[in-house]
Amino acid sequence: MSEKTDVTLTINGKDYAIAVEPRRTLADAIREDCGQTGTHIGCEHGVCGACTVIVDDAPVRSCLMFAVQAEGKAIRTVEGLADGDKLHPMQQAFMDNHGLQCGFCTPGFLMLAVGVLEREPNISDEALIDVLSSNLCRCTGYQNIIKSVRAAAQEMRK
Amino acid sequence: MSSKQKFIGRSVPRLEDRTLLTGQGRFAADVNFPGQWAMRVVRSPIAHGRLRGIDASAALTMDGVHAVWTFADVAHIPPIPFRLTGLKALEPYQQRVMASDFVRYVGEPVAVVFADNAYIAEDAAETIELDIEPLEPVMKATDAPGPFDATKNTEPDVLHKGYGDVDAAFKAADSIVTLELSVGRHSGVPLETRGAIGYYNEALGRLEMHGAAKVPHWNRDTMGRMLGRTRDDFQLFEGHVGGGFGIRGEIYPEDLIVCAAALHFRKPIKWIEDRREHLITANHSRQQTHRIRAAIDAQGRILAIDDEFFHDNGAYMRTHAATVPDLAAAMLPGPYRVPAYRATAHIRLTNKTPCGTYRAPGRYESTFVRERLLDAIAANVGVDKVEIRKRNLLPKNAMPYALGLETLGTHIVYDSGDYGLLLDKALERAGWPKLQKEIAKRRANGEKVGAGVAMFVEKSGLGPFDDVRVEVKNDGNIELVTGAASVGQGVETAMAQICAETLGVDYTTVNVIHGQTDRIGRGLGAFASRVTVMTGEATKRASTKLRAHILNLAAELMQAEPTQLDIVDGEIVRTGGAPGPSMKLIDLAKAKPGELIAEDTFESTHMVYPYGVHVAAVRVDAETGGVAIEKYVMAYDVGKAVNPMLVEGQIAGGLAQGIGGALFEEFLYDEGGEPLSVTFADYLMPTAHEVPESSILITEDAPSPLNSLGLKGAGEGGTNPVGAVIASAIDDALQRPGAILSLPVTPQRLRAICKKT
Ligand code: FES
Ligand code: FES
Repeated sequence: MSEKTDVTLTINGKDYAIAVEPRRTLADAIREDCGQTGTHIGCEHGVCGACTVIVDDAPVRSCLMFAVQAEGKAIRTVEGLADGDKLHPMQQAFMDNHGLQCGFCTPGFLMLAVGVLEREPNISDEALIDVLSSNLCRCTGYQNIIKSVRAAAQEMRK
Repeated sequence: MSSKQKFIGRSVPRLEDRTLLTGQGRFAADVNFPGQWAMRVVRSPIAHGRLRGIDASAALTMDGVHAVWTFADVAHIPPIPFRLTGLKALEPYQQRVMASDFVRYVGEPVAVVFADNAYIAEDAAETIELDIEPLEPVMKATDAPGPFDATKNTEPDVLHKGYGDVDAAFKAADSIVTLELSVGRHSGVPLETRGAIGYYNEALGRLEMHGAAKVPHWNRDTMGRMLGRTRDDFQLFEGHVGGGFGIRGEIYPEDLIVCAAALHFRKPIKWIEDRREHLITANHSRQQTHRIRAAIDAQGRILAIDDEFFHDNGAYMRTHAATVPDLAAAMLPGPYRVPAYRATAHIRLTNKTPCGTYRAPGRYESTFVRERLLDAIAANVGVDKVEIRKRNLLPKNAMPYALGLETLGTHIVYDSGDYGLLLDKALERAGWPKLQKEIAKRRANGEKVGAGVAMFVEKSGLGPFDDVRVEVKNDGNIELVTGAASVGQGVETAMAQICAETLGVDYTTVNVIHGQTDRIGRGLGAFASRVTVMTGEATKRASTKLRAHILNLAAELMQAEPTQLDIVDGEIVRTGGAPGPSMKLIDLAKAKPGELIAEDTFESTHMVYPYGVHVAAVRVDAETGGVAIEKYVMAYDVGKAVNPMLVEGQIAGGLAQGIGGALFEEFLYDEGGEPLSVTFADYLMPTAHEVPESSILITEDAPSPLNSLGLKGAGEGGTNPVGAVIASAIDDALQRPGAILSLPVTPQRLRAICKKT
């Protein structure tokens, strides 16, 4: 199991040349081989969504994808959201609407919401709750997360 | 008149957020040391058995595997002691860090593997063979106690609490209401799993543990004693913590093993729990069965309550010892006048995961039981559920009210409260009369809709002390060091607000340092909703002291009396805007380096008692057993809200967890003790779909007289009565008083109840 393959991951526009076992998850590779620990692991079995990143413009659960499968694809993580000191509208909305407490689920929610809104800026409220119900948060009770994403959606449409 | 900025009572944005939103948080798994080894725990696959042998030979030949430890390697570490509510009788049931002769739950550590990385460690752990002779497990706390070992049985102790002449009251009663009620096994389940990194810092000769949470100082002192380290050569470090809820940060076996291994191998040792491990090994909570009777008069007034209950504590007594059954027994009477009271709490062990506390421990359970009892009394005398509560509520003029019971080492004295007023406010917010009319109309159309109401008294602000040190640094920023901890609830912001307003600076200039045992000598951490009250008052005192000290120093330089000076926005000015030179705090700090510092302590021997009312309306689908929560109102008197936005956040988050316990979450086992809830696909937590929009009413009608700001903690009021109120609403929807006798009301159970006529 220990044979390693060379892969290059492109994370937030930067290339990381790493050697990984074929079974290494994308989440582990992003965190440990590329040092981007903003992406979190809450369950490793695809239910909690804490590990959500955007791969080629679609939100995916990086614990369910192997690093080798991400070769050549554009990966975006929470570290790439802000523009220098200026927060992404989604980040700003989470801050303004108290959309986070411990912050552990937050990167996953941010990437999920950004990924979805970029594809579907006029998403209906109902569909939005459907989407957000695919990630778990244990602290906030979700209402402020929903509020944050709605506020950001307006901002992103501008 | 000063134009000083007010921060206390304002919903200012959190100081914590930017770091967390940009992915710069530092959670346990984010901590790495060069050359670290990964640790993987080998766990018992059997609920109860005699451990006869462990064969690790295959693992030890694998590339990248450094060592395998079993009990013999950690035999020098004593059992994990109690942190709260310890009783002598419980001590023989404490957990060792690894199993020696017997295993007592699926998930109990029997060996650990140390390897180059987590993947190799996990591969190696799978090759380890265990020889375990299975024994009959005890799976029900209500069954007769079974053997624990050759000399002890599974009932370590029985607690008794009470006052008044209960038997006489039952003799004099007009009628007696009897119920058997139970609450399922669920727990905090933070989204971040546990993690611990042991590191031996050669340069300082210091052993360190990273990934600490909740009570770093207590854990340092206790683990230090267990490992033979002094306060100076053992330190704990708290990074970001991905949710606490009572369960995170207690001392667990793995914490001690990583530290012992770091010391032994002189290598950094990293252990990060996976989700399956978390669900079968981190503290569970809640599971209790109550047999309760109330003696009442003809109007439904309570004359006495007699409650016998069985607390399923799982396989060992962990750090919370008797905390949960003790709190359940002590806080069951709640906001009502109960002239005579008796509680008998059987602490029972079973072959399941050991237990600890979970948000509103003992109160989620006892509120469910008491409020079900009130509903049953209402049905018995034929009055409505609001009226029965009003007849029994403690009046405002009874405050302060000594309950005549003790818990957590203090007498319960409700410090202040106006329970009737809050009930009225909650019903008004819920539009109760209109709601009742609508429900009646919809019911006439065949819909199963109903409403419930539940009341409760919480507790918070557990002492005995908290220390805070505040310093104006040379860059003009304020550093506040405390022994409190953060579990993501906004401690830094709330403390910064209190400090800033008291001192006269902007809250964003206050940098709060917590959870670092090397920065302050003692501290009690974050649990039982204590931080805002205890650390908040200590912060106020230290800041007041520092302010006086600053004005004295400035007075000399500015040739004025201290009473003529004020601090406004970080600048020392003449009081009331009188003309004259001013001086920036930063310049004073530079002129007097290291002198702008003050420390103070707040001590308290009594807790404070916030209280609340929840109202819910639900619709039941008899076909599917589904429950839709259509309306949810929470009214909570917190005495004084430092940051209302954060208080509301706590309450809303607490509600989601309460709903989980009421409708979905449960750790299930088969008869052999095999856990059935081992992934997030079978331990069901509410999502954005299941948590309704709620209406939160925070009131400040009864400030606490026990601290200068009137503070009462807010961490648990969103969770406490949720099971009770949902049960009440479902009963009403089914038009069957007493239909709901146990939680969670899962769809399967509710369907079965609906089918029974
Ligand atoms: S860690 Fe990937 S979904 Fe939970
Ligand atoms: S903010 Fe803590 S899990 Fe979502």
